[in-house]
Amino acid sequence: MFRKKSFRGGAHPHDEKRWSADMAIQEMPLPGTVIIPVQQHIGAPADIIVEKGDAVKKGQPLTKTSKFVSVPVHASISGTVAAVEKRPHPFGTDLTSIVIESDGNDAWAAEPVMNPDYLSLGTDKMVQIIGEAGIAGMGGAAFPSHVKLSPPADKPVDTLILNGVECEPYLTSDYRLMLERPDDILAGLQIIMKILGLTKAFIGIEANKPRAIALLREKCAEKKNIAIVPLAVKYPQGAEKQLIKAVSGRSVPSGGLPMDVGCLVHNVGTAAAIYEAVAMGKPLIERIVSVTGPGVRKPRNIKARIGTPFADLIEFCGGYTQKAAKVINGGPMMGIAQTTIAVPVIKGTSGILVLDERTAAGSDELPCISCARCVDVCPMNLLPNHIAAFIEHNRVEDAQKMGLFDCMECSTCSFICPAKRNLVHYIKLGKALWNEAQKKTG
Amino acid sequence: MERSLRISPSPHIKDAESVTRIMYMVVLALIPAGVWGVYIFGTQALWVIVVSILAAMGSEFLFAKMMKRPVRVFDGSAVITGILLAYNVPAEVPLWLPAIGAVVGVGIGKMTFGGLGYNPLNPALVGRAFLMASWPASMTIFKTAPAGLSLSGIDVVTSATPLNVFKASREILANSGAHTAEEVTQATQTISELYNANAALFFGKVGGCIGETSVLLLLIGAVFLMYKRVIGWKIPFSYIGTVIILTWIFGGTEGLFSGNPLFHILSGGLILGAFFMATDMVTSPVTFKGRIIFGIGCGVLTVVIRLWGGYPEGVSYSILLMNLTTPLLDRFTKPTPFGGKE
Repeated sequence: MFRKKSFRGGAHPHDEKRWSADMAIQEMPLPGTVIIPVQQHIGAPADIIVEKGDAVKKGQPLTKTSKFVSVPVHASISGTVAAVEKRPHPFGTDLTSIVIESDGNDAWAAEPVMNPDYLSLGTDKMVQIIGEAGIAGMGGAAFPSHVKLSPPADKPVDTLILNGVECEPYLTSDYRLMLERPDDILAGLQIIMKILGLTKAFIGIEANKPRAIALLREKCAEKKNIAIVPLAVKYPQGAEKQLIKAVSGRSVPSGGLPMDVGCLVHNVGTAAAIYEAVAMGKPLIERIVSVTGPGVRKPRNIKARIGTPFADLIEFCGGYTQKAAKVINGGPMMGIAQTTIAVPVIKGTSGILVLDERTAAGSDELPCISCARCVDVCPMNLLPNHIAAFIEHNRVEDAQKMGLFDCMECSTCSFICPAKRNLVHYIKLGKALWNEAQKKTG
Repeated sequence: MERSLRISPSPHIKDAESVTRIMYMVVLALIPAGVWGVYIFGTQALWVIVVSILAAMGSEFLFAKMMKRPVRVFDGSAVITGILLAYNVPAEVPLWLPAIGAVVGVGIGKMTFGGLGYNPLNPALVGRAFLMASWPASMTIFKTAPAGLSLSGIDVVTSATPLNVFKASREILANSGAHTAEEVTQATQTISELYNANAALFFGKVGGCIGETSVLLLLIGAVFLMYKRVIGWKIPFSYIGTVIILTWIFGGTEGLFSGNPLFHILSGGLILGAFFMATDMVTSPVTFKGRIIFGIGCGVLTVVIRLWGGYPEGVSYSILLMNLTTPLLDRFTKPTPFGGKE
């Protein structure tokens, strides 16, 4: 149907999009309480500027930052600050969060107003707005977007790629966004192109989303400068370096950034959020979350306020099925298993996946039989079996020489391993051990 | 609605393939050749196979118990070792012979190194090498004439394998001064007969070890394993390709480039070795280049042994020797990480 581009390696887990792909985005009822972790992005933390007992309105910033690689968080409902304390965070630790109890009014601090002239704002102004709106990459990594939009002068960006790949099985939030709000995505893309002074852009989409590909192609029929690129259905097609390789043919150097090869990647959800921020002055206070998997009764795609507890979303989807056994923030390949559903939706929560006993069941690790499946699938061209074995034997330095830090932890090796070895787990441990050792030696 | 949730590191889904499934697919792929072996060599061959498998599984169990390691008798790997060992001995060996081979192969060749995954050498070949060194007579005399057709005019009593006959005839021709004119003519004729026996060799209507005779049935199993991605093409193709080139250049009796590679592929244990033993995952390299070099190395050694060595057949020893190079091959052929400098 389409000519499909791709990268070397990768695997083919069942895509499992069927659970929620055809469910139109539904808006959650107003949550009674939201828990807004101060740290939802990669980078410096921001300072809290509200106190317990303060009245806050929707869209009001709760933190302030003077650091460049940092973004503020905003109140996602109106109400009263009930607590500023450590609460469970989807990343698995307790982190300082601002708890807001709703007053039921859902009143804006400053209602978003459409500025018809938004494209004539200066680029510096646009970048500033995007930073102040708290936008951080919505594909999951949550790196502050305005930082990516300010490339240093010696690394000019000539290729912009929007990431609509959504290669994680089960997740459908980007897919629904592309189907239901394509104009917002394209308007956001236009803003990003303006900021970077680019005339051409690509949108990469996995070929298992033919409707999204057709719709965006139709929308871009007039715009010759935006190319929709169908990509092979293969995990991890949406990983930044693999996406760049597939679309542009360029290889981001080991340890380098996309801008080293003149590329920049933004998630489609981020583009839509950028549009809302620049054109309407709306900060990032909500996002699309797929609540899906065999463990929820009615899988859905939900527009949820940042800070809404997982429990509320699961409840909204009819609750657990009998056999629900595991709740994951994100997709099944890279997502994090949760100990409690009191954790809130954060900016990077693309999905809440609930698996049942059968799907979630782990199995015992057997010894490696050197079948080399992990070697064949590794998109970074590493030897995961050897790296993991070195770490198992506490030889972190040898593991480092084998490319430990080239690993992006996509988990394809652990997925494919017939001995069910937790290769990525060893690799994460190895990175932690290495960093600890570096700290000690100064 | 709070309930206790299961926690584990990512990924939260796993491919359906397992070690045990892979092992039993190999077993399945080996069955046709064994059935053929029993058909042409009789029920004696069946007993050899059964004893060999039971001894392999039994020693896996005993050694695991002795070493206080987890017992995984049914993971399929001991079954494969048993089958491969039986396929590599003549049908008329006394039954204690494969039993001893299996105990040595699994017990010493595998379990003492830590069991499946840790053995540096292919256990079945360790067992076979031990038997070859200890009871060479039993291991090399093929008394049973294959049922049905045999190669006409060839003495099937003491030297029934085509490679034995080839080696003897070739030696006569290479040293023709020491032999009578009649012997030389006979040898020339024998070699030309062997070269014309492709069909018999391909279908397996010849003498040899139990599981190595039918190229056709072995290939059916190999294609199945390749289709299921249990084995790759790199080792077998580079192995067989090397044998083709080298036997074409050096294998002839009328100078360079007069060899008959087809005869060398179809006879002896090459197909069994290249597809089922050289591809043993545990003992072969994991890298692309490493596998290619491994295959080429096996090919070179096989041809050297067949043409110039003391044995008519060299597949087992070639693979064993190359097994020893696996860690080095992996180290020297480490791929460049994505985005790294070539």
